[in-house]
Amino acid sequence: MDINSVPQDDSSTYAKHKKAIYAVGDDGKVSVVGSTGWEVEEAATKQALNDLQEHAREAYEIVKSGEKSTLYFHMYDVRMDLQVLSESTGFFKWTISKDFNPEKFAKISEKRLGVYSEAMGKTLQELKELPKGLYE
Amino acid sequence: MSNFKHSHSAHCESGVMSTMLRHHGLNLSEPMIFGLSSAMTFAYLPFLKLGGMPLIAYRSMPKSIIKNIRKNLKIKMKLETFRNVAKGEERLDELLNEGKIVGAQTSVYWLEYFPDEMRFHFNAHNLIIYSKKDENTYLISDPVFENPQECSTKSLNKSRFVKGVMAPKGLLYYPEYVPTEVDLKPIIIKNIKKTAKKMLNTPVPIEGLRGIKSLAKSIRKLAKGDKRYAKLFLGHIVRMQEEIGTGGAGFRYIYASFLKEASEIFDDNETLKEASTLMLEVGDEWRNFALNIAKAIKPKKEIPYDELAEQLLAIAELEANVYRKMLEFNGK
Repeated sequence: MDINSVPQDDSSTYAKHKKAIYAVGDDGKVSVVGSTGWEVEEAATKQALNDLQEHAREAYEIVKSGEKSTLYFHMYDVRMDLQVLSESTGFFKWTISKDFNPEKFAKISEKRLGVYSEAMGKTLQELKELPKGLYE
Repeated sequence: MSNFKHSHSAHCESGVMSTMLRHHGLNLSEPMIFGLSSAMTFAYLPFLKLGGMPLIAYRSMPKSIIKNIRKNLKIKMKLETFRNVAKGEERLDELLNEGKIVGAQTSVYWLEYFPDEMRFHFNAHNLIIYSKKDENTYLISDPVFENPQECSTKSLNKSRFVKGVMAPKGLLYYPEYVPTEVDLKPIIIKNIKKTAKKMLNTPVPIEGLRGIKSLAKSIRKLAKGDKRYAKLFLGHIVRMQEEIGTGGAGFRYIYASFLKEASEIFDDNETLKEASTLMLEVGDEWRNFALNIAKAIKPKKEIPYDELAEQLLAIAELEANVYRKMLEFNGK
């Protein structure tokens, strides 16, 4: 790629930042050029971001309906899934799945909740609640 | 650190090493660091999932650049991990007080200066902490950002001590001895051979050109499954190739830059110059491949599975030519 064809597509996924891309200048040297975005990459990033948002929105509805505990929503809200949450807490997946049960989760020990709190960067109180008025 | 100079790089680990060594008087570009650590590769590990997607990598394992550069350039480099946050923070402050600049492994998700659009759970992001602004704020040279950043103690601690895959365990690293003059020639010869051989003759079908061919096969198989997943999978390939600080085209452009620089060190060596040009073409093909994927993953679009797979196989062929060309180089 030559320097003049480095895309400058002002991608929203770059959030006004520039990314260093290596390209060939007129002198034949390859060096860094700042790129404001590339729509191809933006499409892929947005797809991933939408997928995460979609998961969080679905989880929100499920929790709201009382089918699952608030933990289920918060997991997706911090862009995790069962795999990542399991790795971040050290808890087995099946024990986390049990905490998705609203009745079980209501009786969760302070200690166990503390581990979730640490891994997800949310307070104990936040984890027990569903933020009001999201996705409406 | 008043005389510290931040620089904008494509990739975090090679960027950190280049900036760190320059600070200690050894001036090597990011592509040179990348090439001298044989960091370019291709790996496709369908059984290892990250966020529900298989691992696709265009560079070697995290920390391998640091470790290979340390070994190949005979640098004395200290790596320290910590059992708990308090110890990790204390040690960082101690090192900064001594006037050192310190490399750290972090999780992208928990670094507050990352814009929301870029925050994913990736635990092997490298950066340099070069000073403290006040009690509660670190000054950060993050290679993938144009300018230095600020980060609160809370955010940095969280991102250094996140648990899970590739957990950083608070990793800090800094050189204790850096030679100011290095004879690069033998190291270049050795690592060009190593990279070419690794890519051409991998014993397992998950790495090198065989890895690319395996990925092509997986793309064909997607045709039989869920279309939503197929689109996410294809988008994932593009993200691994373009988004994760690769300098474009999954590090192929950076490597082309390394080959060009190497050709100059060997008095405008023609073989290396040609290899560099070929590698740039390979990079362009990867970009075309990404472009075709971007078209295919749009809503309501049909996915041309076979065409995409064929394109990958063609890329593998083109890459093979570059590696054969690199093997022709004997340092004379």
